[in-house]
Amino acid sequence: MKLDATDRALIAETQAGLPLVPEPFAEIGARLGLPEGEVIDRLAAMRAAGIIRRIAAAPNHYALGLTFNGMTVWDVDDGRAEALGAQVGALDFVSHCYLRPPALPDWPYNLFAMVHGTSREEVEEKRAKIRAMLGEACRADDMLLSRRILKKTGLRLKRKE
Amino acid sequence: MRREVRAELDAFDRAILNRLQDDLPLVSRPFAVVAEELGIGERDLLERLERLRAEGIITRFGPFFDAEAMGGAFCLCAMAVPPERFDEVMIQVNAQPEVAHNYERDHRLNMWFVLATETREEIDTVADRIEAQTGLRVFRFPKEREFFIGFRVAA
Repeated sequence: MKLDATDRALIAETQAGLPLVPEPFAEIGARLGLPEGEVIDRLAAMRAAGIIRRIAAAPNHYALGLTFNGMTVWDVDDGRAEALGAQVGALDFVSHCYLRPPALPDWPYNLFAMVHGTSREEVEEKRAKIRAMLGEACRADDMLLSRRILKKTGLRLKRKE
Repeated sequence: MRREVRAELDAFDRAILNRLQDDLPLVSRPFAVVAEELGIGERDLLERLERLRAEGIITRFGPFFDAEAMGGAFCLCAMAVPPERFDEVMIQVNAQPEVAHNYERDHRLNMWFVLATETREEIDTVADRIEAQTGLRVFRFPKEREFFIGFRVAA
């Protein structure tokens, strides 16, 4: 999908969030000089193209008590990483799961899976479940707990025509 | 910042948080549709949503854009920052507008951040700039494959 200037204006106008009013798309349209129907149609087209993943709330994990956030990392056999990664990514307690190239010799791990919990024990339990799933295909693993958030911003799209 | 705050939420707040992590319908009055599903009034839903946002329980409400689908790029990066230089390097890294988030983690590689740029080429430009400014190597972990993300936080 090719984004035009109007799509980009729409992204710039909504990237900080939607107005919390009964008719949010009419409100966005009023700011940009677009009819409500066009705002809805353009957002629907971007959603169908995968440019918008969903229109939803981003919860603050910390405020909801999920203060332990572990990045589990795994050195998985290259031949099996794709299939096993899909299985790990499908676990309901894994929030993000990616294959990434390792950086040898400092960093042998190729599979990353984020787990969250209210205690260290809870995230260790989840990590153990992933370890059991990977079995002998995994040669080494580690978990990096987050100590603090140093910066967090949303998407910052520059306006350009 | 390992905050131990647990928000005070009632059953409706929790229902709203659970429902609104999924897609909002693209119709003229989307909150009225969701309010009806949850059995509350549209105005009550909007007021609660506004409060949840004001209190920081949700960090934002709106479209989640995929920068890669727009032709942009993301890259996870890590650095091994000597503890005595941590604050100084954090300020240098956070000052880059392309750094979308940055976390301190328990490891020799103790600073982990995500670069978000409009093109792939800019990832290396920014990472090289951080290396030049700090004198520290920036490990780059671009994603090769992302697995289905269906996770929602249960409120």
